[in-house]
Amino acid sequence: MALKALDIFKLTPKKNCKDCGFPTCMAFCMKVASGAVEVSKCPHMSDESLAKLSEATAPLMRGIKIGAENSEYELGAETVLFRHEKTLINRNRYAVAFCECMTNEEIDAKLANIKAVNYVRIGEEMKAEMALIEYFENKEGFLNVVNRVKDSNLDLAYILVCEDAAIAKEAVEILKDKKPVVYGATKENYKEMIEVVKADKLALGVKASSLEELYATVELIQAAGYRELILDVTGENIKDTFTNAVQVRRIALKEQDRTFGYPSIVFANKLAQDNANMEVALSSVFTVKYGSIIVIDDIDYAKALPLFALRQNIYTDPQKPMRVEPKIYPINNPDENSPVIVTVDFALTYFIVSGDVERSKVPVWLAIPDAGGYSVLTAWSAGKFGGSSIANFIKESNVGEMTKNRDLIIPGKVAVLKGDIEDCLPGWNVVIGTEESMEIPKFLREYKAKKDEALANA
Amino acid sequence: MAFKMSVQKYSGKISEVEIGTGEKAIKIGGENTLPFYNFDGVAGNTQKVGIEISDVYPEGWTDSFKEMYKEVADCPVKWAKYVEANTKADFICLKLVSADPNGLDKTPEECAQVAKEVAQAVSLPLVIAGCGNHEKDGKLFEKVAQTIDGYNSLFLSATEDNYKAVGAAATMAYSHKVSAESSVDINLAKQLNVLLTQLGVKSENVVMNVGSSAVGYGYEYVASTMDRIRLAAFGQNDKTLQMPIITPVSFESWNVKESIASEEDEPAWGCIEKRGIAMEISTAVSSLVGGSNAVILRHPESIETVKELVSALA
Ligand code: B12
Ligand code: SF4
Repeated sequence: MALKALDIFKLTPKKNCKDCGFPTCMAFCMKVASGAVEVSKCPHMSDESLAKLSEATAPLMRGIKIGAENSEYELGAETVLFRHEKTLINRNRYAVAFCECMTNEEIDAKLANIKAVNYVRIGEEMKAEMALIEYFENKEGFLNVVNRVKDSNLDLAYILVCEDAAIAKEAVEILKDKKPVVYGATKENYKEMIEVVKADKLALGVKASSLEELYATVELIQAAGYRELILDVTGENIKDTFTNAVQVRRIALKEQDRTFGYPSIVFANKLAQDNANMEVALSSVFTVKYGSIIVIDDIDYAKALPLFALRQNIYTDPQKPMRVEPKIYPINNPDENSPVIVTVDFALTYFIVSGDVERSKVPVWLAIPDAGGYSVLTAWSAGKFGGSSIANFIKESNVGEMTKNRDLIIPGKVAVLKGDIEDCLPGWNVVIGTEESMEIPKFLREYKAKKDEALANA
Repeated sequence: MAFKMSVQKYSGKISEVEIGTGEKAIKIGGENTLPFYNFDGVAGNTQKVGIEISDVYPEGWTDSFKEMYKEVADCPVKWAKYVEANTKADFICLKLVSADPNGLDKTPEECAQVAKEVAQAVSLPLVIAGCGNHEKDGKLFEKVAQTIDGYNSLFLSATEDNYKAVGAAATMAYSHKVSAESSVDINLAKQLNVLLTQLGVKSENVVMNVGSSAVGYGYEYVASTMDRIRLAAFGQNDKTLQMPIITPVSFESWNVKESIASEEDEPAWGCIEKRGIAMEISTAVSSLVGGSNAVILRHPESIETVKELVSALA
């Protein structure tokens, strides 16, 4: 990746034959170095050169696949340290921790929580994606948890925490088609652990007591030919863990050292020491800074709502505007008596507002003009969501023919637009809606009740 | 290859700003590394956590606050004393809500009197927040700055619309600090800092509020704006961005559905107070890891957790 054009040039046959479509080998190499063209476009490259190049042009951070079927996820494969430099790619995943010591009731309670916290936010399913199951010394207990979690039939990816290769192997056998992560390779046991994961190319979690040791252990494992790795960056305390998480990612991407070019796992549950608020704090820190799997003690909505929302934001691609198509969206089967309600074409706003309108069960025509893909106040400040643009959209969309109702409900945050819109849209009556979308259901139900009453009296 | 720590040395450094007086005065800024990157250089002063109170009864706040403050919330002086005695906050943010022209529309003189009584009653540093109407805040801050001269308070905020009045009154006529508020954009942040300096405001009297939002509500823009501002301040040694950042997290996090939807409306979501605290904590620590040197929060439990995290990371 850091390969310069000159380094690549040294590996070409230097024939300047133009078969690659470029006038000279050097011109071709400059394109390859910039990532615009694949080396394989030169048909005369020796196998040896190609091998060298593919090594040097391999991504700095590997993408590691874990889990299977509905619960297959890719981790890592990041190319930048900060999202504005390009984008972050594979969102982190949250794992709920189980341990061998748990009773069946305790296991079932956590499973019920995992099952309960499952919702859609802006088109994305939100849930804890993984279960982590920890072994210490009680093999029966451990295998019981593995079986019980598996038998729940929840869509989960698994992490088996077990440094005893023989026992890990038994657990892997139970979860064979789930492609679990096997965690617990150390500098002592890595050879046996590789034997457990090799056949199915399972991801292997690597742990060590310091960054130096982690580095040396990864080198040993790589030398033994295994590269499906996840690195445990959890340290003695919160400070060390943060340092480790940043260092591992930075050494991979900035220093371009592939020894640390793997996804990470952070045990937020252990660092939080049974303090649920601290667990939210730590999980947020490592969602922003370089955790790939974040282990939490349990899941409930209070934890999930901020964490999943934060993750969704951080992993939004800044290169792609989040917009919905400007048009009239019928919601709850509107008819000729239904009001028109306006919002903007920013995807976030659209999903929040349309969700709340649906919850109200009140039929409406949702009008979305071109507002530049901005939130209500941003669009208004940028001059893209004003009286005349809203009025023009209402006219051009012909929504006036879909309904006889002449009430136009606008977001409370732009109440000031009432006069302007009414001036541009004779015959319409602008109704100021609530500031927050969550109050829409109540607002619309009251609106409808009043309307129905007026109709009945008329 | 042998393992080697990756160390990034920067030429730029964030200025150090002191707020308040006496033993409880706080200092923010002074670092030449990204937040908590002690392996790179000097991490500066620890990040500070303030608590929000209001000069009117907090009608719109969720019930747990009304219960918590039931003895004190109708009087800002009592309220300020209460949070000083009972929470771990490093400073108090008094929001002068009553100045709002679309609300009680109290005069700057009336508000200034309240601010003065609060300043006299507590020894924690004070951050004075306006009502959000830029024109009114300009007039308001001129008066308040004069009335509490000597307390070295921070005024939240000067905006593009009112920076002349606010900047001049707070930091030139009287010796306070001013926060420069911009809308989630590195260039706007830079521009307002330049305007303030051109006016004659010393950059060591300025902190920035570069915009905020609750997690899930456009927070990606806040995160990237902070990253870019900090990288420019350190890496490009951009003097016009080397001010500490303060983020009024509670102004946003307690308005979103996750924090305020009632348990009847969202039965599956569980305890409303826990949800609000979690949203506040998550937003606050994300901002701190992004570059904020101080955050303003509402719930004492969030403050406790965030402070604990900061001291663990410092
Ligand atoms: C992210 C952000 C941006 C992003 C854009 C993101 C986007 N796609 O919109 C960027 C960085 C690009 C940006 C730019 C600007 N921004 Co901006 N931005 C924000 C920020 C932080 C969050 C906005 C957001 O995503 N909100 C979440 C969505 C869901 O909210 P919403 O659309 O309002 O919807 C809610 C309600 O309105 C309601 N609702 C929506 N529709 C409807 C409909 C009905 C009928 C009802 C009843 C309710 C309802 O429901 C939703 C949930 O409750 C806010 C500050 C903040 N914390 O809010 C500032 C903010 C909106 N921006 C602001 C400004 C000034 C700007 C700029 C003009 C700055 C400038 N001078 O250049 C530019 C404009 C763009 C341009 N020039 O090209 C100001 C607006 C000031 C004001 N009061 O008018 C704000 C408030 C920041 C501030 N305090 O100064 N911004
Ligand atoms: S095809 Fe290969 S050898 Fe021919 S010009 Fe291109 S790079 Fe050179």
